[in-house]
Amino acid sequence: MLQLEGVSAAYGGMAALHAMSLQVAKGEIIAVLGANGAGKSTLLKAIAGQVERRGAIRFDGADITRLPAHRIARLGINLVPEGRRLFPRLSVEANLRLGAYARRGEAGRFAPLDQVFALFPRLRERLAQRAETLSGGEQQMLAIGRGLMTQPRLLMLDEPSQGLMPKLVDDIFDAIRRIRDLGMTVLLVEQRLVEALAIADRAYVVQTGRIVLAGAASDIAADGAVRRAYLGM
Amino acid sequence: MLRRRRRRLLAGGVALLLLALLPLPIGDVYTLNLLILTLLYVGLSQAWNILGGYCGQISLGHALYFGAGAYVSTLLYLHLGLPPSLGLFAGGLVAAVLALAVGWPCFRLSGHYYAIATIVVAVIFYLLALNADFLGGASGVYIPFKGDSWVALQFRTSKLPFVYLALAYAALVWLLAWIMEGTRAGFYWRAVKDDPIAARSLAVRVLPSKLVAAGLSGFATGVGGAIYAQYVGYIDPDSVLAMPLSILIALPAVLGGVGTLWGPLLGAALLIPLSELSRSYLGGSGHGVDLMLYGGLIMLVALWRPEGLLGLFARRGGAGTHAGTA
Repeated sequence: MLQLEGVSAAYGGMAALHAMSLQVAKGEIIAVLGANGAGKSTLLKAIAGQVERRGAIRFDGADITRLPAHRIARLGINLVPEGRRLFPRLSVEANLRLGAYARRGEAGRFAPLDQVFALFPRLRERLAQRAETLSGGEQQMLAIGRGLMTQPRLLMLDEPSQGLMPKLVDDIFDAIRRIRDLGMTVLLVEQRLVEALAIADRAYVVQTGRIVLAGAASDIAADGAVRRAYLGM
Repeated sequence: MLRRRRRRLLAGGVALLLLALLPLPIGDVYTLNLLILTLLYVGLSQAWNILGGYCGQISLGHALYFGAGAYVSTLLYLHLGLPPSLGLFAGGLVAAVLALAVGWPCFRLSGHYYAIATIVVAVIFYLLALNADFLGGASGVYIPFKGDSWVALQFRTSKLPFVYLALAYAALVWLLAWIMEGTRAGFYWRAVKDDPIAARSLAVRVLPSKLVAAGLSGFATGVGGAIYAQYVGYIDPDSVLAMPLSILIALPAVLGGVGTLWGPLLGAALLIPLSELSRSYLGGSGHGVDLMLYGGLIMLVALWRPEGLLGLFARRGGAGTHAGTA
């Protein structure tokens, strides 16, 4: 579904990714792991078209390397950004609507709302509230819900567990699994390695802008030497 | 959500009806004049609010669009005989084109830089108009009176027609804002205002979105300028293009509540009578006391109610005035 070949990315001339290659197949959950500043977020932004990038990025066989961000979003790739980036002063409902508007065409625009409420019933109760008044967990639910409203085929999540208490972290990871079961493909950047490896099919480990390890999530989780060498766990 | 929208429309209709009845018992010309100016500013400030409030692009150069509407409709009338009832649309269109032309480069600037750029552009046009002979230069343009007419939008025997013209203008701009609140473009504006980067990742094209707001805002402001020109019967750069006018257009929305349907109405209903009264009672002293009062009020609101006076009525932590649930 998604192929990256020799993708480099830079922030204002500072290289952040070096010739990265990875594949994501339809229906997979792929985890991208690594320390702070390793380039995980940059990788997602490069796919979403939000940073300068070179190399080849293909989505369903089509080259999207040079497309602007809004065109990539319309192809069905959605990035739920780090720190959620909700519209704080808009209502929960307006935030969800803005997700829905990312799709072209009126028909069925608000159809995913049922899915979102099924995953996160709490959001239904909070519809009229401003996003900034939600708890941290609810905000993350809204960020993911807004992403789902775009009806993505590939959902990219940048550290969805950040700043959440353990109980909520489990809920979020559970929701990610259910999202995959709904037929979406998930590319997940995480610092919570155990939980991420538990739900992922495969994983890539990133260090200083390079992929240093790739494999089945269960193998990486089981291999003590690998875990100590690359993941410090 | 739909119910809330319908309720707002209903409230707008009730307000329109009440305002339509308001001038009937008023006989004296001074009060009617005040009412006309207030209603004009309700519309003008709502027009500003579309760009400055909903879309968050603080323009301090709206006098340019106001002046463009005033000059275009007036000159078309004087030189080509186009009646101002049509000329006001031409004025609005020219103002919209100007707003797009200003926006296209200036929207690349953010925050304060954008606001400063709009001041500069408007002041340049003000200076150009002062020195442009075909615009009458600094001495301005008189619009000759040819008898009461809804076609030429001229009335001498009664002020009442102008009250209803200004009311219709204010109501239509309010309706425009109400319609846009519920559209995709309207949600995009609020998203662009709240977080342009997040908006971009949801396929919002930020620049085109701002340009749509600028075009509509410019058009509505230009129409207001054309109506003002017909009401006063005389325009010059100082009355329709000068910097203080830009501030006066923006202030009611800022005072009442930016990005809200009712903010401009509330703000104008307070500010315009206040400024007229303080000018007539205090302005004569020559010390600008009226302006100090005005400035003081703005400072108080900025300190205590940055979301505007409507914030006094908003439920705490609820949908709020900016919530944009529409």
